[in-house]
Amino acid sequence: MTGTQTPAVVEMRGLSTVIGDHYVHRNLDLRVESGQIVGLIGGSGSGKTTLLRQILGLNRPAAGSVSLFGENLADEDPVSQRAMLRRLGMLFQGGALFSALPVFDNIAFPLRELKCLDSDWIRRLVHLKLAMVELEPGHGKLMPAELSGGMVKRVALARALALEPELLLLDEPTAGLDPDRSQSFADLLRQLQGELGLTVIMVTHDLDTLARLATHVAVLAEQRIVEFGQLAEVMAGEHPLAAAFRGGVQTQVL
Amino acid sequence: MNLSPRLQVESGKVVLTGQWTLSELLPGLKELEARLAGDDLATLPWDLSSVSRLDSAAAVLLWRTWNERWPVELVASEMQRRALERVAAMPSAEASSTLSTPGLVERVGYLVLALFDNMQGLVVLYGQMLLDLVHLVRHPSEMPWRELAANIYKAGAMALPVTALVGFLIGVTISYLSALQLRNFGADLFIVNILGVSIIRELGPVLVAVLVAGRSGSAMTAQIGVMRVTEEIDALSAMGVSRSIRVVLPKLLALTVVMPMLVLWASAIALLGGMFSALLQLGIPFPYFVENLQRAVPVANLVIGLGKGLVFGFVIAWVACHFGLRVKPNTESLSANTTRSVVTAITLVILVDAVFAIMTRNVGIPQL
Ligand SMILES: Nc1ncnc2c1ncn2[C@@H]1O[C@H](COP(=O)(O)OP(=O)(O)OP(=O)(O)O)[C@@H](O)[C@H]1O
Ligand SMILES: [Mg+2]
Repeated sequence: MTGTQTPAVVEMRGLSTVIGDHYVHRNLDLRVESGQIVGLIGGSGSGKTTLLRQILGLNRPAAGSVSLFGENLADEDPVSQRAMLRRLGMLFQGGALFSALPVFDNIAFPLRELKCLDSDWIRRLVHLKLAMVELEPGHGKLMPAELSGGMVKRVALARALALEPELLLLDEPTAGLDPDRSQSFADLLRQLQGELGLTVIMVTHDLDTLARLATHVAVLAEQRIVEFGQLAEVMAGEHPLAAAFRGGVQTQVL
Repeated sequence: MNLSPRLQVESGKVVLTGQWTLSELLPGLKELEARLAGDDLATLPWDLSSVSRLDSAAAVLLWRTWNERWPVELVASEMQRRALERVAAMPSAEASSTLSTPGLVERVGYLVLALFDNMQGLVVLYGQMLLDLVHLVRHPSEMPWRELAANIYKAGAMALPVTALVGFLIGVTISYLSALQLRNFGADLFIVNILGVSIIRELGPVLVAVLVAGRSGSAMTAQIGVMRVTEEIDALSAMGVSRSIRVVLPKLLALTVVMPMLVLWASAIALLGGMFSALLQLGIPFPYFVENLQRAVPVANLVIGLGKGLVFGFVIAWVACHFGLRVKPNTESLSANTTRSVVTAITLVILVDAVFAIMTRNVGIPQL
């Protein structure tokens, strides 16, 4: 496949986001190509979650455009919008599990929505996803309120993976996971990326995960992406945020 | 390059091509499944070497086609093999835990148990309230004045318009219907007795109770329930703030205090509506109506009406808080308990009203 001709998985041009009366992003550009694992870093409250919400079409751009798989989400009719959203999986910062459904049904939910798969197929897929995030089949019966914080994250990841997405948006996937679990999370994503050519955009403050997993890094500050490039490049860059991360990452890499 | 997943049988060998991923499988899934289920494919050698992607959904599909056994011969890349091995490692059809649907007796039993459980919860809540009151008498500085005022405002002041509107309309309706009958008997003046006793003693309190149960009762249950869902209740406890004093007690006190006032207000407006209708229908002037009202309706009726308001208010808040505290941390339980709160409160109000009717049967009935 020729990489240059395929459209970017996510492309934002001149994006501005206004919430209330203050700008969260102003004239922001970002282009994520297929197969990249992009670590999105930035200070707390700098608008990382809001950026992911823009990709999902949950927030509307005040100016500029967001295109997904080469098409502008806002221009599409509802049916193809839904088809586009099925191609991506989102892990919300707080998990956003359906509190009324047990873990099993939470993961099965998007699969059932397809209305094409029989129950045996769905059951096997759900158990596969549970195994991927190192949960037992028995955990499927628990309600979200009965899970520990890290388990919520893992179930949410399993749900985000349920539809075998081409693009995975992860909001602080490793917050609340122990180092071993973070390691196996990174291994899992790496393996999926190798097998399926997954594209990942992940917000993270976790240096281990960033160093282990990210191929590219985007630095969000001053309401825009101030730096974007390969992990090593950005970490060598000038920006104070990169410098702050660099100290940590270098000790990890060495 | 064609992405859609294809299957060909070439010289006794099954050859797969294209992308075997969930999104690519979906459009032609029915035909593909039919083909896979057709001719005994599971016994042939399989070649996956031209498959560009194989995700776990497709791996499950293949594994099921192979009747959960590896085919005699499989050409696949290392990664594809790993995806298939993961599926193979899953336990096949688990012993389906057949949930027996409970029979009639069992269901009645559960209902009775739930009833006892709720009664116990209500008694515990009542006891806790008494303990809290004793505690507050000893430590008056801990009195939650702000919460109390907020609840009085929300449950009382904000309810004035709707209770007035409904009261007025009910007054007009009853007066209108009674007037039609009374005129036939030439007993026009009895409209004052009928309206006075029925509204002040019975309709006012019950009407307001139903409105308040729907308005404030449900809001109280939902509020406490959401606080449980979002762990706010636990956060309060963690700060050493008593949830029963800060959350439950103000609601109980506020509604108990506010209900008699709402009853007074709604009854007055309902009488106004009745007077209005009586003026138009029977030509009874306002001053005459008011003068006769004092004579026809003993003050005991007003006391009974306000007493009912007090008790109803307490019952509604009591039930609302009880069900709010029973909410489990999920949205389903929240909605179920809010419904239960309103239904139980209205039922209990009617029940208490019947008890009132029996106990006060000799009080306040005008003697002719
Ligand atoms: N629904 C909302 N209403 C009002 N303001 C909002 C809303 N959502 C986000 N904001 C504001 O937008 C800004 C960016 O928020 P966002 O959640 O994107 O931050 P973040 O980068 O994800 O931070 P963190 O790393 O702490 O999760 C913040 O200043 C926040 O106050
Ligand atoms: Mg965030």
